Amino acid sequence: MITPIVQVDKLTRHYRDVRALDGVSLTLEPDKIYGLLGRNGAGKTTLMSILTAQGFASSGDVRVFGEHPWENEKVLSRICFIRESQKYPDDFKPIHAFKAAALFFRNWDQDMAMQLAEDFQLPMKRRIKKLSRGQLSAVGVIIGLASRAELTFFDEPYLGLDAVARQLFYDRLLADYAEFPRTIVLSSHLIDEVANMLEHVIIIDKGKILLDEDAEAIRGTAFTLAGTRARVEGFAAGRTVLHREGIGSLVSLTLEGALSPGERREAQELGLEVVPVSLQQFVIRKTLDAGADLSGDADGAGAAAETSTRMGATR
Amino acid sequence: MIDDSKPIFLQIAEMIENDIVDGVLAEEDQVPSTNEFAAFHRINPATAAKGVNRLVDDGILYKKRGIGMFVATGARAVLVGRRREDFYEQFVQPLAREARKLGIDGGQLAAMLARETAAAGENALQNPDMAAMAATLKEGAS
Repeated sequence: MITPIVQVDKLTRHYRDVRALDGVSLTLEPDKIYGLLGRNGAGKTTLMSILTAQGFASSGDVRVFGEHPWENEKVLSRICFIRESQKYPDDFKPIHAFKAAALFFRNWDQDMAMQLAEDFQLPMKRRIKKLSRGQLSAVGVIIGLASRAELTFFDEPYLGLDAVARQLFYDRLLADYAEFPRTIVLSSHLIDEVANMLEHVIIIDKGKILLDEDAEAIRGTAFTLAGTRARVEGFAAGRTVLHREGIGSLVSLTLEGALSPGERREAQELGLEVVPVSLQQFVIRKTLDAGADLSGDADGAGAAAETSTRMGATR
Repeated sequence: MIDDSKPIFLQIAEMIENDIVDGVLAEEDQVPSTNEFAAFHRINPATAAKGVNRLVDDGILYKKRGIGMFVATGARAVLVGRRREDFYEQFVQPLAREARKLGIDGGQLAAMLARETAAAGENALQNPDMAAMAATLKEGAS
């Protein structure tokens, strides 16, 4: 049994009458890269804030490295949290931010920070206040990487970073993680960009955990079938329909499950097109379906009201 | 390239198998490290390791402590053997099906195959299995 880095039990957070987190339970294991995915306002930042003692829980229990994180210097010195809009003192230059980080994080790698600053073309002696949005994000990304904290949170760290800089971030993250394994939580809306880096995926929606699953287990658990209506419907009979689109006599169904080689051949013979479903599409389907499901089906298995669902015992 | 059709570790294992069958990786060659696979394909290193370990469990690769992973002697023969078993279902049947759809009869199909194998050069012609394969094709198309 692996000792978890993070243990969250029935965590709830109210803001007046809004439930930002509603009975969230999860564990994070050491040395994995997690994707924390969900829509704006789903509760991702609230969750990360509480785990890093930058926010309060209304109820529930949170343990980080086996202890309560609140005002716990021993725990907090092992955590790095890079926020979407990280704030720095007004007169700070990047060089000051890095010096402060070097004092706080015990695994800080100054050479790596300097190398990254060069790679991101970050002006080290310009005031952070005067930096562009992308350069400001680069400061956070560099601190997040060079801190080598045992538990690192990146909350949408790439605002204003162009595609080249984002790729640089992903590549450096993977390379450094390979050399210095640690627990990384990546909250991102650009799911397609990060999907292949994730070992585990947590989808949160309206303050609840919608899915908590190994990324590899999700791949190949849904596919889209397109073709003429009668043939597609015939082939899909007995399968769970996640989504349905149609135009004229053509229809495209997103179905749960995988196809055996025999079924794949059968689909080909019928002239049907089989297309894999990306993690991003999967997340969209799950969250949209959960949103449309008025019965509040927490595990997200229930399909949207507008999609006709047939749960097949056999296929 | 990595896609979303199936778990990535399976795709990594299949890529290595392909390289062994194609001869890109010879027997007793060292295969790239899991971190090199991860960096090259931009995937999680744990996932890459899972793909490589699958082939280790399978006896296709073996581990030299402190050095790395190597292609086992006899690995290619094992992989080729397995693929031949799947060849009829995976390639011959779809080919025959498409041929039927287009009204290409067995003789025409066999002639096309002969032309293709001739064009593929000496190596293909020297393959003793080609004749048998052509016969299989003819059977599948009729």
